[in-house]
Amino acid sequence: MSTDTGGFRAEVRDWLRAHVPAGPLPSVDTAAGFARHREWERELAAARLSVVSWPPRYGGRGASLLEWLVFEEEYYAAAAPARVGQNGLFLLAPTLMRHGTAEQCDRLLPPMARADEIWAQAWSEPEAGSDLAAVRASATRADGGWLLSGTKTWSSRAAFADKAFGLFRTGQDKHRGLTYLLFGLRADGVTVRPIRQLGGETGFAEIFLDGAFVPDADVVGAPGDGWRIAMSTAGDERGLSLRSPGRFSAAAARLVELWRRAGGPDADSLRDRVADAWIGAQAYRLHTLGTAARLAAGGTLGAEASLGKVFWSELDVALHETALDLLGPRAELREGEEGCWLDGYLFSLAGPIYAGTNEIQRTVIAERLLGLPR
Amino acid sequence: MTLTRSAEQQQFASSLHDLLAAADAPGAARRWAGGDHSPGLALWRKLAGVGVTALAVPPGAGGLGASWLDVVIACEELGHHAVPGPVAESAAAVPELITALADERLSARWLPGLAAGDLIATLALPPWLPYAADAGAAGLILLAEPGAVRLATAGTRRQSVDPTRSLSPARGGEVLARGPAVADAVARAREAGTLACAAQLLGAGRALLEASVLHARQRSQFGRPIGSFQAVKHQLADVAIGLEFARPLLGEAAVTLSPRDVSAAKVACTGAAQRAARAALQVHGAIGYTQEHDLHLWLTKVRALAGAWGSQAGHRARVMAAIADGGLAWN
Repeated sequence: MSTDTGGFRAEVRDWLRAHVPAGPLPSVDTAAGFARHREWERELAAARLSVVSWPPRYGGRGASLLEWLVFEEEYYAAAAPARVGQNGLFLLAPTLMRHGTAEQCDRLLPPMARADEIWAQAWSEPEAGSDLAAVRASATRADGGWLLSGTKTWSSRAAFADKAFGLFRTGQDKHRGLTYLLFGLRADGVTVRPIRQLGGETGFAEIFLDGAFVPDADVVGAPGDGWRIAMSTAGDERGLSLRSPGRFSAAAARLVELWRRAGGPDADSLRDRVADAWIGAQAYRLHTLGTAARLAAGGTLGAEASLGKVFWSELDVALHETALDLLGPRAELREGEEGCWLDGYLFSLAGPIYAGTNEIQRTVIAERLLGLPR
Repeated sequence: MTLTRSAEQQQFASSLHDLLAAADAPGAARRWAGGDHSPGLALWRKLAGVGVTALAVPPGAGGLGASWLDVVIACEELGHHAVPGPVAESAAAVPELITALADERLSARWLPGLAAGDLIATLALPPWLPYAADAGAAGLILLAEPGAVRLATAGTRRQSVDPTRSLSPARGGEVLARGPAVADAVARAREAGTLACAAQLLGAGRALLEASVLHARQRSQFGRPIGSFQAVKHQLADVAIGLEFARPLLGEAAVTLSPRDVSAAKVACTGAAQRAARAALQVHGAIGYTQEHDLHLWLTKVRALAGAWGSQAGHRARVMAAIADGGLAWN
């Protein structure tokens, strides 16, 4: 399939060239950096570039999957800032569009597109990680809504975000006793404890819930239908939306540039790994274009998403490890160009863990795609 | 650029699969390994009957003038069934070499026979391909060098790890073509043969994964199928991932036939097939380590083809030369 989208690519490229801040913004996982990234999202939204694939009434352009991939390629090639609203934009929004009511979409999507409301994910718990359906945090019936209690953890962006979406236990049945709920992170009965990550920043948080109230209007889908709905969101997280190929294409191009400038015996000995990183990024890009063509022709994305999740997460680690090996004694530095590679490396290390660990994905591949016995 | 197969191409792949599955290709390979080419040659004639040998030959010379994607589909199926003989040479590289030389007399002399399947060809293309493969089964042996293409005779044949395969030095004789245009034709043949070899590897990798899954479902130990053990599942999942992400590179290489894309495809298909071979042997256990089981036909073919048509290091070097030379653009 062609990646020719007429003037769209050129418009995106020109706008990014004129607007992407020179030099990286402060980390999104600091209070100041979070605020600065929110401003950037508002700039994107003003140009109607924050959610190009959404319908126009919610702030998008109704762009095709292919145009979205082109947007992503240009976005990462321009080294534009991290998307602070990512969890809401790529996980909650597709869920609302598929399972939410018209009222929920009208009320929640426009402020999400403008970054007036930034969303965090509240799924994992101290005792529910890979075994996500083991969640214990509960929602109990109250007048006009639900009362939340329990603990959520590893909630990305929750330290500074406005709202969260999560799974809560409303019944005994492991899977059919779960409900998909939305709640405010600054509401009464909600306490957020930021957690310092491997790199030292508070990229995620623990959320303590003690009687926080959720009105019925903020239940997504039917009570008890949360697992099915969450799994459709997880498909998005593993599949096309969260990890668009533009990210790896741009990183591989920068790696090749780093390799070319490095020269010397280290670069010679690392040549094959640089080649493999480029080949891997190219494979992921071509594979995604093929998937996009299949989806555009009416196909669906199911357990195949697990193939991609393992592939991109391991590619990301290998690519950044190669960059650090090229930097040699400078690889440990936290600032400057070296610091960018190091941040990318630390971020990549989380990839095989989040969005369903790679062990879970391999089991899904073996059982659902290859047909091996449970 | 078209990465997805058309309905006709899918139909072609599945009809080839059905033909080869019904023809006992492993049996033909075993006889070929024992020195009896007749069942294997009968298999080649069947393949010629459905057009496989005519794909890379232009219509004016009795061929089909098909796309490289069609050649890839055919070679993948031939690899999938471990068809013996010089597949990449006779179905892709030699037809492309003779076509690209654009000499009417040469085309008339060789192409109709290649297209019809009456003639099986092989070649040496040093240093890329220092020996001619399967010269014993070939009615035409060429020596392709940048300055000249010659008819050749086979020197002392040496046995490959693949029991169906041998390598021979090519001793150059009659000059068929020389001059500046020859280098371009030889380069075209090199890309075509490498592409076809990568496709064979992908097909072989797929067959190894399928055999492993089947075995893991049927073989029981400790009272359960071994495929229910996570250590087995995860190895085979990694094989599936490698094959899945090699395929689009192969498709892209078939569209561009550029050195960058052909090399990327060969690196990925080789890697995926080798991973499939290691896992297949491990999952099968001792029975996989025998010649009594058919698995060895694919295990040894993967090892042989991994080094044929350019080494992994050589292909990675070509990728880096292309992208460090401004070929970084993604489309």
